[in-house]
Amino acid sequence: MSETDTMETVGLAEEAVRQIVREELERSKKQDPAARKAAIIASKGTLDFAYPPLILATTAAAMGMETHVFFTFYGLNIIHKDFESKLKVSPVGNPAMPTPIPMPNLVTVIPGMGPMATSMMKSKFERKHVATIRELLDVARESDVHLVACQMTMEVFGYREDEFIERVEFGGAAAFLSEARRAHMTLFV
Amino acid sequence: MQITEDRLLDARGLLCPMPVVKAGKEIKSLEPGQVLKILATDRGSVADMPAWAEDTGNELIEWHEEDGVFVYLVRKGQEA
Repeated sequence: MSETDTMETVGLAEEAVRQIVREELERSKKQDPAARKAAIIASKGTLDFAYPPLILATTAAAMGMETHVFFTFYGLNIIHKDFESKLKVSPVGNPAMPTPIPMPNLVTVIPGMGPMATSMMKSKFERKHVATIRELLDVARESDVHLVACQMTMEVFGYREDEFIERVEFGGAAAFLSEARRAHMTLFV
Repeated sequence: MQITEDRLLDARGLLCPMPVVKAGKEIKSLEPGQVLKILATDRGSVADMPAWAEDTGNELIEWHEEDGVFVYLVRKGQEA
């Protein structure tokens, strides 16, 4: 066998090996369960901050991802049975909030401003046909999003398990992290 | 060539994330190869629908705007 023949054989074999490696990589990428998993922390309990985790969770589920939302601290408000009265908007310390007339921040602490801001946001969302928190919670549960209440903060705030909406699960930091470390997508809201 | 849909989803008037959420739900009831037609008025859907279709292994055959309504044709993928 001449030297060129040997080179060619090796060259071909190498190309074949590369092809096999490429195919195997593609296959393992498709099978990577972490690529199809999202873990989200919802830590805030205002109406405006109830939206982002629920919007992302329902969309992730619609994109075929196994989705977990861990509700901790004030985020527990979102899955409390009384979420409709608990979730409010506060104009205090929120200079980015649009107001019908320009308003100095000091004015925002006047009694009645909070409820006014809350009902204004609710009616604006309704006019624009933005989904309500109730709708998003329903969609999330229909699409098997795991809604997990943080046991520790429940303890601190004195919440009982039966105070939360149906299908809420309960867990701690380790429960969340064990899902999060197997998810390519983790978000803190 | 005119493609006829197997199912029509009217998501007009809905805002993010509902058009995608509803599309995800509707496509589940279709067989691979069948076509879902989606109507939406949400301007964000122009970016969201192609992203959703690609990410879920479905094929966005085409989309266009018709009097302020975005029309999407999505063929359900084999592995979707």
